[in-house]
Amino acid sequence: MWYYEKKLQYPVRVGICNPKMAKFLIEQYGGADGELAAALRYLNQRYTIPGRVMGLLNDIGTEEFAHLEMIATMVYKLTKDATPEQLKEAGLGEHYVDHGKSVYYHNAAGQNFSMGLQSKGDPIADLYEDIAAEEKARSTYQWIINISDDPQINDSLGFLREREIVHSQRFREAVELLKEEQTKKRVF
Amino acid sequence: MAEPTQVPESYYSDLKSLQAIDFTLVELTLYLDTHPNDLDALKQFNSTAKKSAELREGFEARYGPLRQFGHSLSAYPWQWKDTPWPWQV
Repeated sequence: MWYYEKKLQYPVRVGICNPKMAKFLIEQYGGADGELAAALRYLNQRYTIPGRVMGLLNDIGTEEFAHLEMIATMVYKLTKDATPEQLKEAGLGEHYVDHGKSVYYHNAAGQNFSMGLQSKGDPIADLYEDIAAEEKARSTYQWIINISDDPQINDSLGFLREREIVHSQRFREAVELLKEEQTKKRVF
Repeated sequence: MAEPTQVPESYYSDLKSLQAIDFTLVELTLYLDTHPNDLDALKQFNSTAKKSAELREGFEARYGPLRQFGHSLSAYPWQWKDTPWPWQV
């Protein structure tokens, strides 16, 4: 089971209303390589991954939910004081009509979260998928930082970008651990 | 619309200290998942976990419970449900 802890993993300070920024950020909330997809993918893959790396999938999957909460907090704070007119100007008119000020699991283009999750039940296929997903998420964070001029948001996004790098690194090590295990079996 | 929630300025710096030490624990956990025989990292994990518990205890005494389902104690009346929630500060 899980326990909630009443704090964010890393500070999210938002000083301004900026619905345009929120529209970009929602990519990492409900997009294909976003935090929800990552959390669900790892926590789904962990059941059939070899025991040697089950813990890693479990722990990274859990951390992704903390990242999801950080993104939601940014989106919420950036839009909570926006007028309907401002939301419309930012390209969130359709979002407002359907969801009001609620955050929602869709991507930057407004497409609802898709359960096109990759989980093959093959350890190498799953781990390579995970490495690729972390690198794609890292790129997305970089692209968002590149078009953002908000230093507070960029500080939080910089943290999340670094986490993608560490997760990718750990998944690469997991691949090597499984390869070692396979080699050992052949020797015996 | 949720009411604006005020916290003292010290809340942010105290929270940041706790976030920093707990981040160390997340990082060490993932590292140890793939390097279980690194004794130095393991020692660092155990000592950091103790420091985190001390820091959390002090934080909760000032600002209320952090952990759900009985992993933090509550004063009367029930404090867990109190605002602010993390997305409000």
